[in-house]
Amino acid sequence: MSSSASGSLALSPAPAGRAAPGRDGQRADRALRARKYGVRTVALGYLALLLLAPVAMIFYRTFEHGLTPVFDAIGEPNAQHAFWLSLEIVAISVPLNTIFGIGMALLLERGRFKGKALLGLLIDLPFAISPVVIGLALVLAYGKTGWLGDWLAENGIQVIFSVPGMVIATAIVSLPFVARETIPVLRELGTDAEQAASTLGASGWQTFWRITLPGIRWGVVYGVVLTTARALGEFGAVSIVSGRIEGETQTLPLFVQARFENFDVTGAYTAAVVLALLAFATLVLMNLLTRRTRADTAA
Amino acid sequence: MLGKGLLGVYLSVLVLLPVAALLAKSGTGGASQFWREISSPEAVAAIKLTLIVSAIVVAINAVFGTIIAWVLVRDEFPGKKIVNALIDLPFALPTIVAGVVLLALYGKGSPVGINVAFTRTAIALALLFVTLPFVVRSVQPVLHELDVSMEEAAESLGAGPLTVLRRIVLPSLTPAIISGVALSFARAVGEFGSLVLITGNLPFKTEVGSVYVFGQIQNENLPAAAAVSVVLLAAALVVLAALTLLSRRRSKHVL
Amino acid sequence: MHLTSPMKKVAMTKKTLVVLASICAAALALSACGSSGSSGGSSGSSGSLTLVAYSTPQPAFEDLIPAFQATPQGKSVSFKQSYGPSGEQSRAVSNGLHADVVDFSLEPDVERLVKAGLVSSDWNQNATHGFVTDSVAVIIVRKGNPKHIKDWSDLVKPGVQVVTPNPFTSGGARWNVMAAYGAQLKEGKTPAQAQQYLKAMFANVVSQDSSARNALQTFVSGRGDALIDYENEAITDKKKGEPIEYVIPKNTILIQNPVAVVGKSATAQKFVDYLVSPPAQAIWVAQGYRPVISGVSGAHFPAPPGLFTIDTLGGWKKVTDEFFAPETGIVTKIEESQGVSTAK
Repeated sequence: MSSSASGSLALSPAPAGRAAPGRDGQRADRALRARKYGVRTVALGYLALLLLAPVAMIFYRTFEHGLTPVFDAIGEPNAQHAFWLSLEIVAISVPLNTIFGIGMALLLERGRFKGKALLGLLIDLPFAISPVVIGLALVLAYGKTGWLGDWLAENGIQVIFSVPGMVIATAIVSLPFVARETIPVLRELGTDAEQAASTLGASGWQTFWRITLPGIRWGVVYGVVLTTARALGEFGAVSIVSGRIEGETQTLPLFVQARFENFDVTGAYTAAVVLALLAFATLVLMNLLTRRTRADTAA
Repeated sequence: MLGKGLLGVYLSVLVLLPVAALLAKSGTGGASQFWREISSPEAVAAIKLTLIVSAIVVAINAVFGTIIAWVLVRDEFPGKKIVNALIDLPFALPTIVAGVVLLALYGKGSPVGINVAFTRTAIALALLFVTLPFVVRSVQPVLHELDVSMEEAAESLGAGPLTVLRRIVLPSLTPAIISGVALSFARAVGEFGSLVLITGNLPFKTEVGSVYVFGQIQNENLPAAAAVSVVLLAAALVVLAALTLLSRRRSKHVL
Repeated sequence: MHLTSPMKKVAMTKKTLVVLASICAAALALSACGSSGSSGGSSGSSGSLTLVAYSTPQPAFEDLIPAFQATPQGKSVSFKQSYGPSGEQSRAVSNGLHADVVDFSLEPDVERLVKAGLVSSDWNQNATHGFVTDSVAVIIVRKGNPKHIKDWSDLVKPGVQVVTPNPFTSGGARWNVMAAYGAQLKEGKTPAQAQQYLKAMFANVVSQDSSARNALQTFVSGRGDALIDYENEAITDKKKGEPIEYVIPKNTILIQNPVAVVGKSATAQKFVDYLVSPPAQAIWVAQGYRPVISGVSGAHFPAPPGLFTIDTLGGWKKVTDEFFAPETGIVTKIEESQGVSTAK
């Protein structure tokens, strides 16, 4: 299975052996280049307006008053605690969602049972609910006066207004990505290689590790990247279930909000930049992890 | 199997239980109150606005997201890696930051001369920003795995680029595009934080469903908040279900 | 595709990674459960107080808490602080967020906790009636006041754009609406005429942000000619160098912010007592709030001739019901009628 990631032409690589003689060939080449540049311009123009300009503005606003306010903001104890808390929550919810997502994708694409459609919808469900309402639902379910409130209190488990509740809220809002990213790739892969492996005597686990997982790795990679980014930036649901206790249950997004409320623009933007860098780092990390495993798919 | 059981528990704790609690709350006054809550003029206006703008936004996303994914996978240009890394940014930013920045860029003091704040266009703009990664990231993995030999074969048989696109490439990409569209729509319908600053939240004009719900929560009117949430959720589910069916049917043809 | 040794190595690396990740996740989860047990379950021991407040007074508490800790009663008392929208914070406490002292934007947010049995019903039977700070409703305008806005009547003039937070998503925004309404009554209008005024004002509203802070951001970003806000916010803004001025209308409402003890902690009571003492009130004044006791140094606030309180209008319970009830409230109906007239 050849990857076309290294292809340099926008629409399709020139088929080998096709001569490009004289004027006809030149015209075709020109048309091809025009199309390539045209598509590129459209894409980059859209991104410039919608993505690059906002990002540039964020960096500008952060460093507008020099580096000192930024370092002050980073050094603040509440900021640092918020940073580690956000990382901690991400470190728990993302692996859980990844395992869940791959499992769900396999179930939905390779499994055979009734109600598949319903299950697929269930995964997307929390995503369509406004985060504020998710927070509300969590309080209704696990809060002091909620459905499980008494049982949780009896067993000394604090969910709402404490880190476990925040992990659950974060996991909910970032639930569907790995599954949704992996499913189309699983479908595109087809089952031929897996069936071949199993006729050759590979166990289910071996087939998964050596055939399926490498095949879906790009879906998993982007799923993890999206999940992490979403988990990092989550504000609405976590704001309801966290109690916003500074230095204890205040994540970085909550910290951004608090700084903004107090007119500390540099502090707010600095924390936002940190979040953006974390998301960036996740992508770089995932790329590194997959690059090392690319050797096996050559030819 | 233990695996399925664990998946089930995870799903229950995270989704089934909270959603059930929400449904229960929305029905506390019985069916007649439910109907009254969701048919109040302000609620209806907010729901309508949300659904229409979200539909427009996902349509734009489907087109541009695919183009961007294409350029990121098949094209090469200086700075491509950086652009690729930036795609997820709208996601990682807390929505308040998105709101403030979009207001600064596309409001009255706009450095690029575009002033659309406090209009319905602003809603679309904010939603496009926060749903940017979905179609792009859904299509990219599939594009990576796409077998180029099919396209090469078609070209060598004389097919023009548009035909290759339509007959070979798009059918393979369609499930991924649909997946991205589904995610975009779900996110757009529930989006709150990035909209509150740039839209002005004027009832009947720029107030979206999630802001209306938020208002009802603040008003202790939990059944109303839950009821309208359920309606928005149902709408998203209907769209998701339709898209999933569409995707299934299309992929059957491909094989 | 057959199994080659590079692939075996890949499989091993991935397996190790996943195992490592799972162990990390499990460890973190356990640590979270451990820490949550201690943070969630702690009740106010004499050494630690949890303050749950609305967002605005955070800078004030940055000075007040160390000042309290410098007093004999406050020595060796550590603080946990939580700030957020007043209504949300109040709801969180009633839903189980542990708190020892609460400071909210308006009385109903404390009454909610009385109803939940967390605050004793005699919380406001004291010299300051339960209030810790005062302010007044003002109109913020652009520097130089180009549209010459001086009073409530200017807000209904044609072409004047008004910004005010949404009274349904921001409890604090209700101060603004009642200030405008009460001022009409003070001017001698009948309730029906006052309601007409509100209708005309809302017709001029171009942005109803979800919070006062957001409304300010909107205004500062160039939207609108007049922003209805509280005096202490206007003072803070001007201090920060924003290009604004503010006008105190002749008739306006006295904004009163309540503070209360949750539970029975004696240390919490000492802190609340401190907050209304002269040295603390001086700190509040430095932050732009009006004091609730007399004789505080540095308090030079203009006294609007027609100052009234929410009690003049019947108290929050009556006002909430009459003006903001979901279907029957006066303001609810005004907002709806706006939609009907502008929707085709």
